[in-house]
Amino acid sequence: MDQNDNIDETKMLRDIEGRLGVFGRERGSLIPILQMIQEKYQYLPKGALEIVGRHLEIPSAEVFGVATFYNQFRFHPPGRHPIKVCLGTACHVRGGDIILENFERKLEIKEGETTPDQEFSIEKVACIGCCALAPVALVGETVHGGMAPSKVEGLVLRIEVEKEMRQRAGKKEQDG
Amino acid sequence: MRVKNPKAVFQEIHDAAAGRRASVEKQAVPTVHLGMATCGIAAGALETKKAFEEAILERGIAAVVHPVGCNGHCYAEPVVVIDHPDSGFSPILYPNVSPGKAKMLVKLFLEEGDPRFEHILGATVENEMIPWVMEFSRFSKETRIVTRLCGQIDPESIDEYILKDGYASLARALEMEPADIRQEIKASGLRGRGGAGFPTGEKWELAAQADGGDKILICNADEGDPGAYMDRTILESNPHQVIEGMAICARAVGAEKGIVYVRAEYPLAVDIVGKAICQARETGLLGDCILGSALHFDIEVFQGSGAFVCGEETALIQSIEGARGMPVYRPPFPVESGLYGLPTVINNVKTLTTVPPIIEKGAEWFRGIGTPGSPGTTVFSVVGEVVHPGLVEISMGVTLRTLIFDICGGIPNQKKFKAVQIGGPSGGCLPEEFLDTPIDFDSLNEAGAMMGSGGMVVMDEDSCVVDVSRYFLDFTQNESCGKCTFCRIGTRHLLDILSRITKGEGSREDLSCLKDLSRAVSEGSLCGLGRTAPNPVMTSLKYFEDEYLAHVDHKKCPGTTCRDLTAFYIDLETCARGCDVCVGCCPVDAIFTTRTRKKGIDQQLCVKCGECKVVCPPEYDAVRRISPAEGVPVVERLDKE
Repeated sequence: MDQNDNIDETKMLRDIEGRLGVFGRERGSLIPILQMIQEKYQYLPKGALEIVGRHLEIPSAEVFGVATFYNQFRFHPPGRHPIKVCLGTACHVRGGDIILENFERKLEIKEGETTPDQEFSIEKVACIGCCALAPVALVGETVHGGMAPSKVEGLVLRIEVEKEMRQRAGKKEQDG
Repeated sequence: MRVKNPKAVFQEIHDAAAGRRASVEKQAVPTVHLGMATCGIAAGALETKKAFEEAILERGIAAVVHPVGCNGHCYAEPVVVIDHPDSGFSPILYPNVSPGKAKMLVKLFLEEGDPRFEHILGATVENEMIPWVMEFSRFSKETRIVTRLCGQIDPESIDEYILKDGYASLARALEMEPADIRQEIKASGLRGRGGAGFPTGEKWELAAQADGGDKILICNADEGDPGAYMDRTILESNPHQVIEGMAICARAVGAEKGIVYVRAEYPLAVDIVGKAICQARETGLLGDCILGSALHFDIEVFQGSGAFVCGEETALIQSIEGARGMPVYRPPFPVESGLYGLPTVINNVKTLTTVPPIIEKGAEWFRGIGTPGSPGTTVFSVVGEVVHPGLVEISMGVTLRTLIFDICGGIPNQKKFKAVQIGGPSGGCLPEEFLDTPIDFDSLNEAGAMMGSGGMVVMDEDSCVVDVSRYFLDFTQNESCGKCTFCRIGTRHLLDILSRITKGEGSREDLSCLKDLSRAVSEGSLCGLGRTAPNPVMTSLKYFEDEYLAHVDHKKCPGTTCRDLTAFYIDLETCARGCDVCVGCCPVDAIFTTRTRKKGIDQQLCVKCGECKVVCPPEYDAVRRISPAEGVPVVERLDKE
């Protein structure tokens, strides 16, 4: 399993290196480059920061410094079902932190982490902009408004059930 | 140098656009206008759109679905306006259109001509059958300049903007001398809408006089307030008005390069602005020799990576240059030496969007709106405990009472108003006495709040001002760039003290410490973030000291919000035998059945999420919340081993 990961990472880094050609070598390209990598892979792999540093001829510590400054950049791959809990002002007033806490309890991970099976990750975000539906959580791309602790259970359960159904269907196909 | 008359060139573009539109709108078929900005999509507009399209196709009706931007009525999303000329009704606005409702409207209204009165909010034009929306104060008390076309046109079609007289102001500005444009803006008294309220005309004058290379114009759409989203809505609903404003500004100050700095978290806005810039370029409204004049101006989009401090202009410049977004000392101001050392004008989205109407209608007209010190309008995103939350554009000088109670419908559930927090993390918390304060830059500053980002949170009696201050401090503490010691360490301490107070571990000394520290942070910080970060604390301490004292002295949260100071219990008088709703919903299994088959809450397990209070059937309404937590009646749990 570990070996596979390494192969994937090498492949990924080679791909990233190939994509850097279109960017200039001036400092101003740094943030657009990091955004491009994150858009492609949903996170910034450690090796990528070194490659970017080499491309721009700046120390990778500089690159790391900039990348960690901004909220947009992530350093771990998100889960297959990334959960984003809105903690904008309206959601806070209506108990967004309680929703976050329920996700954390249910999935047994903290905000910013991914479950060991890579299924779920939890993140908090500032205003999604549908304050009338507060409190709000995003599962993948879908917005769930009017969240409540019992809805958290339901959402997670539904994803788990769907996954199980897919697995069973897959197994049936294999058998039959 | 001028080759052609800009107005004549514009007329050609206008006629071409009219020709294209006419071929699209050849026959008068029913049109379904559907709000498709981020807020609409979040409320399910994509599914609604799909339902309309499927139903129209299925029934074989000649009708078109027309995506438009957001009209600011968040409480009613997804919003749909159906224009069905053959039915004899004026265009009708429907709120909260779910896919099911969409299918029903296609069948009953589009096909059979019955508009289903029970689902109508109002008609968008005056008529004799259906109440006109302008009869409701949510619509009539707004003054729309910046958002005048938001929610009416397709943001992805430049033709629609041109046919609403868009870019006519640019054509006009190209015939004016740059100095005259600046004079017009100065005379209008327009003040920067980014929060601080610096006179825009003066900024432009300074920029025009600056020498030292090519000038750069940056449109600041780095909206960082966690509860405000008007800049995003403007970019998503009417990007061309922003571009037009930028082009006029470029003409006035002599800039050739423009940058729209928009947050990467706003993918739809990034996409729409990018498309709009391409369209404007293709139409000859950006690029070389705009409208046949000598003006060269082009715009690119820079995606900001999400740092609240980058709303500050020097930090914004740092981040475009590829560095950490840390503010630098001013002077030199960016208008003298900004991006890459070049003179740089930075204006907020709303400021630039206000420019085309001023050029069109004149400074005199603009001064007629709002107050003498702050002419024009302002856009607020009103959220929290109000009946009709959303984006509201009002003329300056309207009172808070009008905004909260008339326009936004007041506080729901017969609760009492407690406070309003204006200006997001930089703003302040104002009590009831200030409800008759007119909203403009100076009155709000005087009251201790701030126009700021335009975020407004309304709180009812069940909210806790200490908790809201803690929330904003948590935000600014996270977003502090770390450059100035007072901001970096001071906000941390402020947050720690506030957290202590909300946990019931605060003391009276903490309150005086809060005051001293707040003053120190605001005096010892370089940029606006640090200088205004203590505002939520300072104003709430000033106007709601009794709430702080209740937390400190009596370990009591008057709004029963702070979870460490409150407890839930079930009133055995009203609890019903055999009803198990609360047991089923409790996420931590803290609810148990007592010997009388009524319910009790295990205080050790309870996480105080309040779900049981929400689900308890209204006829029993048996769940109570009290503060201080010690006052909770003890019900022994017998099933526990």
